[in-house]
Amino acid sequence: MTTVAYFNLPDVGEGLTEAEIVSWKVKAGDTVSVNQVIVEIETAKSLVELPCPFAGIVSELMAKEGDTVEVGNPIISVTVPDGATTAAVTTSIPVIAENAASAHQAVADAAASVSTEERSPTLVGYGVSHSLGGTRRRRPGAVNPPVAPGASIPVATSLAAPAATAIPLAAENLATGAIQLPNIADGVLAKPPVRKLARDLGVDLAGVVGSGLNGEITREDVVGGAQQASVFRNLSTPAPKSEREERIPVKGVRKAIANAMVSSAFSAPHVSIFVDVDATRTMEYVKRLKASTDFAGVKVTPLLIMAKAMIWAVRRNPMVNSTFTEEEIIVHNFVNFGIAAATPRGLIVPNIKDADQMSMLELAKAIEQLAATAREGKTTPADMKDGTITITNIGVFGVDTGTPILNPGEVAIVALGSIRPKPWVVSNEIQVRQVTTIGATFDHRVVDGDVASRFVQDVASVIEEPALLLD
Amino acid sequence: MVQLLTPDGEYGVAKQWSEYAQYIDKLTEADFLKFYRDMARMRRFDKEAEALQRQGQLGLWIPAVGQEAAQIGSGYGVGHNDHIFPSYREHGVAITHGIDLMSILKMLRGVNHGGWNPEETRFHLYAIVLGSQVLHATGYAMGVKMDGKVGNGDIENDLAVISYFGDGATAEGDISESFLFAAINHSPIVFFCQNNQWAISSPVTSQTKVPLYQRGAGFGVPGIRIDGNDILASYAVTAKHMDEAREGAGPFLIEALTYRMGAHTTSDDPTKYRDAAEVEYWKARDPLLRFETFLRRQGIAQDFFDEVAEAGEKLSTEIREATFALPAPPVEHMFKYVYSEPHPLIEEQLAWLHKYEAGFGEAAHE
Repeated sequence: MTTVAYFNLPDVGEGLTEAEIVSWKVKAGDTVSVNQVIVEIETAKSLVELPCPFAGIVSELMAKEGDTVEVGNPIISVTVPDGATTAAVTTSIPVIAENAASAHQAVADAAASVSTEERSPTLVGYGVSHSLGGTRRRRPGAVNPPVAPGASIPVATSLAAPAATAIPLAAENLATGAIQLPNIADGVLAKPPVRKLARDLGVDLAGVVGSGLNGEITREDVVGGAQQASVFRNLSTPAPKSEREERIPVKGVRKAIANAMVSSAFSAPHVSIFVDVDATRTMEYVKRLKASTDFAGVKVTPLLIMAKAMIWAVRRNPMVNSTFTEEEIIVHNFVNFGIAAATPRGLIVPNIKDADQMSMLELAKAIEQLAATAREGKTTPADMKDGTITITNIGVFGVDTGTPILNPGEVAIVALGSIRPKPWVVSNEIQVRQVTTIGATFDHRVVDGDVASRFVQDVASVIEEPALLLD
Repeated sequence: MVQLLTPDGEYGVAKQWSEYAQYIDKLTEADFLKFYRDMARMRRFDKEAEALQRQGQLGLWIPAVGQEAAQIGSGYGVGHNDHIFPSYREHGVAITHGIDLMSILKMLRGVNHGGWNPEETRFHLYAIVLGSQVLHATGYAMGVKMDGKVGNGDIENDLAVISYFGDGATAEGDISESFLFAAINHSPIVFFCQNNQWAISSPVTSQTKVPLYQRGAGFGVPGIRIDGNDILASYAVTAKHMDEAREGAGPFLIEALTYRMGAHTTSDDPTKYRDAAEVEYWKARDPLLRFETFLRRQGIAQDFFDEVAEAGEKLSTEIREATFALPAPPVEHMFKYVYSEPHPLIEEQLAWLHKYEAGFGEAAHE
C-alpha cells in the first residue's frame, strides 16, 4: 500500500506570500529521499533550495518552472510507501480552494496582502519589502556583494603557529576600516511622520524637492506636493505592456464578486433612477459636526449623513429594505446597513448591524470601525452576512454617479457620487452650490417606480436639508 | 589571540597562555569525546532544523553552523551553579546544559515561548530582542553579588553569570550599559562575544573601530580575544574567567573570533552580501574538522566517528518525526503568559479572537 503525500509551498522567509519555481531537480517517476533537494525557488528575498519532506516516488510536479506559486499550494506529490514517515504524510494536506476554508483563506490572504504592503513584521532580522515582492529577479552569480572598506579578502597565512596573533579578517583591519554612512534606502531624507503624511496623501517622496536642512523633506513640502499631485495625478500613465494580452486568474475575492454580480444581475430585474441634489447644507452640517466636541476624534463624512438619510427614508418606505424569495417578500424592520468597500483584495460589502438603532455618533464610529476592519483585511464572513440595504460611495473616486448592482438578497442600493461646486439655480439665479448626484438601483420584483422614486426623493431631501432628520 | 589548537589540529601552547592550558591538562579522553559528540550533535541538529524550515515546519531557523567550538567549548566552561543568558543562536550552549532540543524547535515553530524553566536549567530563555539578554545577565550578576554568593571560596554555592551575544549586538547601547554597570558593581559576569563577522548583512567593520575585546576597557572590563573555532581555547578561557568571576575578580570580556557559515536566519541570503572567497577561507577553519583531526592524532579510532555519525542519523529522524507530530497550541496560550495575573485588555483581545474564529464557523455551516 502507498499514500500520496503533497508538499505545499512553505513560507521560507517571514511573511512571504509567493515564490517562483526556478528549476526542478527531479521529475515524475524519480525516487526521492528525505531532505533531498528537489526544487529551487526564488522568493522576494532570496534563491532557496527546498529539501523533500518525504521519501518515495515523485508522482507529479504540480507547478512548472517559471510559475509563481502562492504559499500553501501544493507543488509536488510523492507516492510514499505506507509506514514510512506517516506523520509527515498526514500533516501535509493540499490546500483545496473551493471549500469552507477558502473564506478563511481569503481573509488570511487579505490580511497577508495588507501586512506585506510595507514591511512584514519578522522575528529576527529584516522583513520583506513589498516593493521587492515578486518582481525582483536575481540570476545566480549576477550580484557582486559589496566588499566592506578595509575588509580585504582574507588569505590563509600564519594561523599554524600556536600563538599566532594575526588572523587576517575584517576585525584586524579596524584601524583603517572606514565606517560607512547609514544607507538611506530610497535616497530621501524625511522624518517618519512626514513619510506617513506623504503616504496618506499619496505623495511620492522621490518627486518632492526638500526645502529643509540637507534637502530634508518637510511637512510643508509634502502638503505642497499633494496639491501638485492632485492636479497632475493622471499624468503619469504607464507605458503599454508589450504582451498583447494578460490573463488574470479569476479566484478568491474576485471570483466571489463575479458570482455575486451575475446572480444578482440575472435574478433580479434592476431599475435605476438618478437625482441631482444641492448638498451645500449637508457639507456645512458635516463641517459643524467635525468642529463639535462630541465628535472630536471621530471621522465625519458626507457618507455618514447619507447613511442617516437612507435609514430615515427606509422608515418612510419600508419596501426598499426587504428580501424577495419566490414565496414571499420579507420586509425587515431593522436596518443592517451595508457599505461597499474597496480593499486591496477587491470589493466587499460588510454591514453595520441594527444601524437604525444608532445615534449619529454611534453610526459615525461604526462606519469608521467597519472601514478600518475592511482595510486591514479582517472583515469576517459574519460581518458580511444579513445585510438589508447598501450604499456604495463612488464619489470618493471622483465619479458623478453610476448604476450600482444590488447586493444579493437585497432590493435597494444607493450610489453616492462626488460632491463638488457646480452651477445651480436658486430663486431663478445661477449660484455656485455643492452638488451631487444620487443614483439608486432597485429590484423591480419588489420595488415599483413610485416607491423607488419616493425613497430617492426622501434621501435627496435630507441631503438638501439635513434638519429633516430631526423629524 | 588565545589559540591552543591550530587549524591543522595541532595542539600547542604559547608560553603566555600556559595558565589556560592547565584547564586542558585536567581534561580526560572522555571529556574530549563528549566535546566532539556535542559539536557533531549541534551541527546535525542545525542542518535538520534548517531542512524542516524549508519544508514549512518551522517559521524560522537561526543557523549556528561554524560556531560549534565557540559554543560547546564555552558551554562546558560554565560551572554547575552558574547562570547563562543566551541570545537566539546558542543551540550549542543549550546542548551542553541539557536543554531539550525540541523546546527550541517548538519556539521557532511558534508552539511555545521556549518552554524550559531557567531556574532549573540555569539556561535562560532565548532573547530575540538584540542585546537585551546582556542587560538581564548584568542585573542577575548584580543580584548574585547582593546575595553575597561571590568570592566565599565556596564551590558549592558561589556562582557567576555568563552572557552570550554577537558582534552586531555590541553596537547596541545595551552592551555598553551592561559593561558600565558590571564594572561599577564589580559583578561576577563574563561577557562572551561570538564575533561571527556579520550582523545580518553588516560586516563587523561597520560595527566597531577597535577590536571588540578592547571595547570593555574604557568601562573597566578587561578582555581577551580567542580563536573561536578552537574548542580547547574556548573551553579553557571560559572556564578560567568564570572561575575568577566566581571568586570575585569582577567582569571580563571574551571575544571569540568565529564565522557564521550560513545565513543570519533562513530569511536572508548571504550570497547577496558576502564573497564566496571569504566563506572558503573559513571552511578551511571548520571547528568540527579541526577537533576531529586532533582526536584522530590522539589515536581515537574510526569506530567512534562511525558511532557519532549513526547517532546523528538517529537524532535527525527523531526530531523530524517529533516536529511533524507537534500539535498546534491552544490559542489561549498566546494570551496566558503575557501577564502573571488576569488583565482586562488581554481578556478583551482573547474574546475578540474567539468571536473572530467563531465567525468562520458560522460561514462554514451555511
